[in-house]
Amino acid sequence: MILSIAPSALPISMRAIEKRFGSVHVLRDLNLDVEAGEFLTLLGPSGSGKTTLLMILAGFTRANAGSIKVGGDEIIATPPHRRNIGMVFQNYALFPHMNVSHNIAFALKQRGVAAKETAERVEKALEMVKLAGLGERRVDQLSGGQRQRVALARAIVFEPRIVLMDEPLSALDKGLREHMQIELRALHRRLGMTTVYVTHDQREAITMSDRIAVMNAGRIEQLDRPETLYSAPKTQFVAGFIGESNFVPVESRDGSVWYEDRKIRTAAPAPAAGRYLMVVRPETLRLVENGEAADNVNVLSATVGDIIYQGDSFVCYASLRDGRQLTLRDYCRGDVLAKMPAPGQPINLGLDAKDTILVAAEG
Amino acid sequence: MSTQSALPNETVADRTLNTRALRADARREELRLLALLSPSLLLVFAIIIVPVGWLFWLSLFDETGALSASNYARFFEQASYVKTFVTTFKVAFIVTGACVLLGYPLAYMLSQLPRRAASICLIFVILPFWTSVLVRTYAWLVILQRKGLINSWLIDLGVISQPLSLANNFSGVVIGMTHILLPFLVLPLYASMKTIDTDCLRAGMNLGAGPVATFRQIFFPLSLPGLASGVVIVFVLCLGFFVTPALMGGGKVIMWAMRMEQTTSLYSNWGAGAALGVVLLAVTLALLGLFQWLLGARATGVWSSR
Repeated sequence: MILSIAPSALPISMRAIEKRFGSVHVLRDLNLDVEAGEFLTLLGPSGSGKTTLLMILAGFTRANAGSIKVGGDEIIATPPHRRNIGMVFQNYALFPHMNVSHNIAFALKQRGVAAKETAERVEKALEMVKLAGLGERRVDQLSGGQRQRVALARAIVFEPRIVLMDEPLSALDKGLREHMQIELRALHRRLGMTTVYVTHDQREAITMSDRIAVMNAGRIEQLDRPETLYSAPKTQFVAGFIGESNFVPVESRDGSVWYEDRKIRTAAPAPAAGRYLMVVRPETLRLVENGEAADNVNVLSATVGDIIYQGDSFVCYASLRDGRQLTLRDYCRGDVLAKMPAPGQPINLGLDAKDTILVAAEG
Repeated sequence: MSTQSALPNETVADRTLNTRALRADARREELRLLALLSPSLLLVFAIIIVPVGWLFWLSLFDETGALSASNYARFFEQASYVKTFVTTFKVAFIVTGACVLLGYPLAYMLSQLPRRAASICLIFVILPFWTSVLVRTYAWLVILQRKGLINSWLIDLGVISQPLSLANNFSGVVIGMTHILLPFLVLPLYASMKTIDTDCLRAGMNLGAGPVATFRQIFFPLSLPGLASGVVIVFVLCLGFFVTPALMGGGKVIMWAMRMEQTTSLYSNWGAGAALGVVLLAVTLALLGLFQWLLGARATGVWSSR
């Protein structure tokens, strides 16, 4: 019953892509490999070049230089209608003058697929996105989530080699968005098409992707699996963009890492001498009693600023002696609730040596 | 918590609480809105309903002042009336067609230009609006007449030996009217083309339609509502056009409005003139209704999905 897309999934190889709009350098010497069948997300703030890169992939924007190979074939100069790449647009871009079936059948019609086969494939695509029976509906009679599904069906019905998605869930409300994330992920697993997904939502990227390329100012800052990006960010930008972080300035000298006059225990050997930032994730901090500290735990003294109760968890805003803010988050288990401090009270924050992340200080 | 708060459904059993005051307030609001509307309603009544009613009333009386249907019977009895009627619609159809043929590519080009270039080009479309119709019509006479610019150029270049008759006939009327009415088609069409989502066109190409197919299957259908409103405006304006056909027709092309002018100022037959007006109004409304019916469903389908 399923459309067989998996066998035709192809890898994409982008090399030395350059794009300038007038004097603005949008993409600089960009290199990126997407494996066949992979779900890769381009993640970055607006203006980072992620949408431009997607537009270049789809053929709507012309690069100044570079190469894009799909399964070995150069497509950088191929017009968009010959690229055979499916795309889901941010605002769906459904054809308002056609009903749902005609929207989905559009690509098949262009390819001269016979009427009978077209009808069958449209029906299958509708089933796949759980819209069976809605083929005759006009586009304006659909809800946002249904339009999203039509756009998806339209992009995959012609069994493209690659599917691009440009922030496809950003127009949906939170609950539906999270539901569609899981559904898109499942659909990708089932069909196995190479997918390049653009979003500025780090949580969405982490939920859905095999790998994430974090983009900043026209470059890829880091390309890794979500868990690696979170636990081992390579730059301050990546650490700040993915998840919640506090930064503590530290220095590496004499083979050790120092925060002011205190030695920081790290799991990895100290890096080359210089200034660094220690990335502290709120959930890696915990409250420790005086003298409880073990060998491989760093203990930082702080003063409680505010405590916010969030039902399942609580957040504690504390300031170190130099006034630097740290955020601690923990679950409201019985033992933690019992020793919950009050605002203004001095506390000790424990950070395991294995949870210390160092990145080079930028700027 | 030791203090018990009352549940909402225990506090108020009266389901008609303040209903009278709320209803009175709603009525007051309606009256206030009506009061705000009344100046414009009065204006519409004074300058549209009353004159049209009067026109209709006048058309029911013959020259002697007796109540009769003779003013309307004339349309079927006199061949010249029928001829005028046919001429008027012929001119309207041809001019509207010419406006579509010239205006669609122009509006398309404008809609594809960068914003700055488009606004400069739009000035050239709008500029003639600021010149009087009379002046523009005389300018066309200068260009098109027997010894006008075009004929003398063509003769000098040896393309023709005898001057073409471009003015003072049917083609002169069509050329002049097309020029004057073109902006009425281009402006609404341009406005509607600008609202076509470029992502829809991109989606078309992405799905495998080349530039021509994308235009034919997506851009053109989406531009139809704008085209329809432009066509309706031009066609209706054509039906009542006076200055250009009067000056450029050389007395050979008699349109409806000219016949009205003759009837009232030359023969002082107000009843007959009024009947002409009533018929023009009725035919125009009927055509608009037909247009609405033909294109309405499709157009509303496109607009309401935005």
